[in-house]
Amino acid sequence: MSVDNYTQLGAAQIASSVRAGESSPADMVRASFKRAGEIGAGSDELNIFLHADEKASVEEAEEMQPRIRNATDIGVLAGVPVAIKDNIATLGLPTTCASKILRGYVSPFEATAVARLRANGALVVAKTNMDEFAMGSSTENSAFGPTRNPVDVRCVPGGSSGGSAAAVAAGITPIALGSETGGSVRQPAAFCGVVGVKPTYGRVSRYGLVAFASSLDQIGVLGRTVDDAALGLEAIAGFDKMDSTSSDADVPIYRLSALGKPAPEARNPDTEAIRIGRSPVPLPPPPSATTLDGVVIGKPKEYFPESLDPEIRRVCERALDRFRSMGASIRDVSLPRSPLAIPVYYILAPAEASSNLARFDGVRYGLRVDPGKGLKAMYEATRSEGFGPEVTRRILLGTYVLSAGYYDAYYKKAQAVRTLIADDFRAVFTSGVHAIFTPTTPTTAFPIGAISDPYEMYLNDIFTVTANLAGVPAISVPIGRVRRLPVGGQIITAHFDEYAMFRVAYALEAGLGAEAHQ
Amino acid sequence: MNPARYEMVVGLEVHVQLKTRTKAFCGCSTDFGAPPNTNTCPVCLALPGALPVLNEHAVELAVRAALGLGCRIDPVSVFARKNYFYPDLPKGYQISQFDQPLAVGGSVVIGQSDKGTDLRIGITRLHMEEDAGKSIHDRYPGETAIDLNRAGVPLIEIVSEPDIRTSAAAGAYLRTLKQILQYLDVSDVSMEEGSLRVDANISVRPPGQTKLGTKTEVKNMNSFSAVERALDSEYERQSALLNAGGRVEQQTLLWDGAKETVRPSRTKEGSHDYRYFPEPDLRPLMLDSKWVDHARKDLPELPAARKARFSTEYGLSPVEVEQLTADPAIAEYFEEVARASADGKAAYNWVMGEVQVALRNSSEEINRFRARPADLAQLIKLVRDGTISHTAAKRVFAQMVETGKPAAQIAADQGLVQVGDESAIATWVDEVLNEHPEEAARYLGGEKKLQGVLVGFVMKKSKGRADPKLVNQLLSSRGG
Repeated sequence: MSVDNYTQLGAAQIASSVRAGESSPADMVRASFKRAGEIGAGSDELNIFLHADEKASVEEAEEMQPRIRNATDIGVLAGVPVAIKDNIATLGLPTTCASKILRGYVSPFEATAVARLRANGALVVAKTNMDEFAMGSSTENSAFGPTRNPVDVRCVPGGSSGGSAAAVAAGITPIALGSETGGSVRQPAAFCGVVGVKPTYGRVSRYGLVAFASSLDQIGVLGRTVDDAALGLEAIAGFDKMDSTSSDADVPIYRLSALGKPAPEARNPDTEAIRIGRSPVPLPPPPSATTLDGVVIGKPKEYFPESLDPEIRRVCERALDRFRSMGASIRDVSLPRSPLAIPVYYILAPAEASSNLARFDGVRYGLRVDPGKGLKAMYEATRSEGFGPEVTRRILLGTYVLSAGYYDAYYKKAQAVRTLIADDFRAVFTSGVHAIFTPTTPTTAFPIGAISDPYEMYLNDIFTVTANLAGVPAISVPIGRVRRLPVGGQIITAHFDEYAMFRVAYALEAGLGAEAHQ
Repeated sequence: MNPARYEMVVGLEVHVQLKTRTKAFCGCSTDFGAPPNTNTCPVCLALPGALPVLNEHAVELAVRAALGLGCRIDPVSVFARKNYFYPDLPKGYQISQFDQPLAVGGSVVIGQSDKGTDLRIGITRLHMEEDAGKSIHDRYPGETAIDLNRAGVPLIEIVSEPDIRTSAAAGAYLRTLKQILQYLDVSDVSMEEGSLRVDANISVRPPGQTKLGTKTEVKNMNSFSAVERALDSEYERQSALLNAGGRVEQQTLLWDGAKETVRPSRTKEGSHDYRYFPEPDLRPLMLDSKWVDHARKDLPELPAARKARFSTEYGLSPVEVEQLTADPAIAEYFEEVARASADGKAAYNWVMGEVQVALRNSSEEINRFRARPADLAQLIKLVRDGTISHTAAKRVFAQMVETGKPAAQIAADQGLVQVGDESAIATWVDEVLNEHPEEAARYLGGEKKLQGVLVGFVMKKSKGRADPKLVNQLLSSRGG
């Protein structure tokens, strides 16, 4: 296999070529940087990368070569270039969260998810642009300028993981890590025409993910295909003793779901060892599933409102038809508290953020602005200068809703409603529905600068934020285009049932074929 | 008109550092006195992306403390964030517990009333939290230095009911509490090293009034007696205010030990809104009831129970019991001696006498003391059966402390075994009478009070080996 068609290669194909000795990890890294150069990933064009070091990445890839010759357990992602959202700690490259307050900050430790990618043979090529501290839906809130959508450079790539989605859409890497608090992987995936998965809360360790709203944050994976996302998630999922909220539930081999088989028996969920090289070796591309016999797919009415863009409705209906033709039945369902999700989210997430971002105080690391007028003045100057307007807005909002006298009215009530939203999902999934299908976003990618009202921007997350509040897994898969811009379809399943989610996603991708990008 | 005498109402908040090897939420050492900022890691430095993981040993110790103070353990407790900005608080919040603490509703008995009923101070709650770092203001002129070694060290906060009515009762409560925690072995409870800290809430009210007066919080006391003095001082200040027609303002005060007075703290009470909310990085703490029952069964004997037992089992007076049980290690040493020698009174005399003196002289811990309880018990038996004299026993004991050898061996090696042979003693008596003709003449002439002097000469001549009873008998028979 040559690297000439690098931009068309999936992670499995790259790994299998590298394992077979047909190409080297360094070839892949060079191809990745070549593509980044061609498409203009640098700051003056698409502005996808915040930090990258080609020389260091190539050296790292070359050091991997002997491991590949000698070892059979090099991992399912051997030689696969990956990009990492800049709020996930990496050794080597800086971790700035696209914020002035962390400009130049290099973490002395690495996120568990990144360490696991590397253990599986992946090679980090870049840290990607994002909305500052993951607060935003367009990547316009980056302190280092907006990222442009590779599909249409006049448009935003979505956000907050806009840089990671753009890196995958542009063919720079087949896999990128993003993070979600309210849709920040799925929405940019939909806008850029790639696959984006947000696993169950607790499925992936948050150790090393710079916290925005801890009870909602989860690292997710962007991939060119469902298979890329499945391989990426499988590599990073599983219990981590460094994150008390990570789950020790078993991590199945997700690509087996493509065979239409039921989930395998749970195995011992323990140990780091099973995190490496679990997928079948060598790696054939997964067989296309053509059957969803017996699968019940729920269509929640709250996600197909009267006001939904008719073109988006049309491609969704086409996807539902494909489900039917593969043997699935579609059932109308209701998630009645979903309309409350945006207000609940914009109480809980800022509340946690106001506390999580308190550590950026100019005392130990990052920006310090000291007017020399004492401690309080240093705090104020540092934080005023270091945080952008959206981050400041959310810190203020969060501080307000946690204040004495307002806590019960806002935070406590929002928590109660959050429980009800989770109950809605539980009710649907215990009534015989295997997966829920919705549009990922109410619109396609919008032009840079088109939305200036924060509330209008928040409504981008209207279909995605419920999965974060409920903690359930969800994936966005390309299902077509509207006015030449990509549309994503969302598949949501029950807690820790990523296996079923991937099964339906593999089937949808195969069922749509080329239509997914038409 | 005489100024009214008010009733003092005090509740105490005691912070106790738990005796764990590592911090509450990371693996850093809790060693006291390490170079600044060396016992730190991404978690306790609050680096971006780091997460707390609860130290199970800290939970065990906190549960043991709560059980020992008679608290009810809640099967589910919740960690919460207490948010405030300060340079020695790296995360910008302290992980604590708020509306769902680990334990509630215990009590401590601090003595008996005149009528013989227990004087009991209620404990409102006991919760777990982490310590902040240390701000050092006096080291670099014009600058503040931060040492984060202490940041994240596990603490429990024990909050008493406002049941304390006098400064003496406050002192008694603190001493009793400290002793219980020592017995439970959950903390070093050293105010000097900061492993025990006390804040006092105090108000006054006219006698008979049930409504509480406005309270102030007094901090910065560095000893139990400083707490007592601070309470007396603040009581007088509040009383004088009220008597002058003024009102007590709710505020935080700092005790100034040098000036023996309180002064207002710079941070104003009420200006703090800690914005507590459940800590999302930690799951609720669920304690299995079987595990808690097990911990309860594993509790060591506590001071009150031990005192009662010592007094009945060994026939000791209340004062003697208090002395012996003040330090749990001493009490355990005593008990081993008492059991092995079957003589509580002698064991008491030795432990509170020679043993204490030797410990003080060598400034050694009882656990490392070379004279082991079994050997001391043997010594007591040697004296009891007349093998060695009491005088010789003291010399044997000194050797035991020095060498760690058994008592009988030392006595034999040093030739200290008592001589009960009448003819040998008679020889010494004769020699003494010859060597001291003047005293001999006076004694034989009827001056009985000289007998003690002559016994002393004989004992000296025998190097302490002569049985003093026989010496006395022989001398009496000569003089008679």
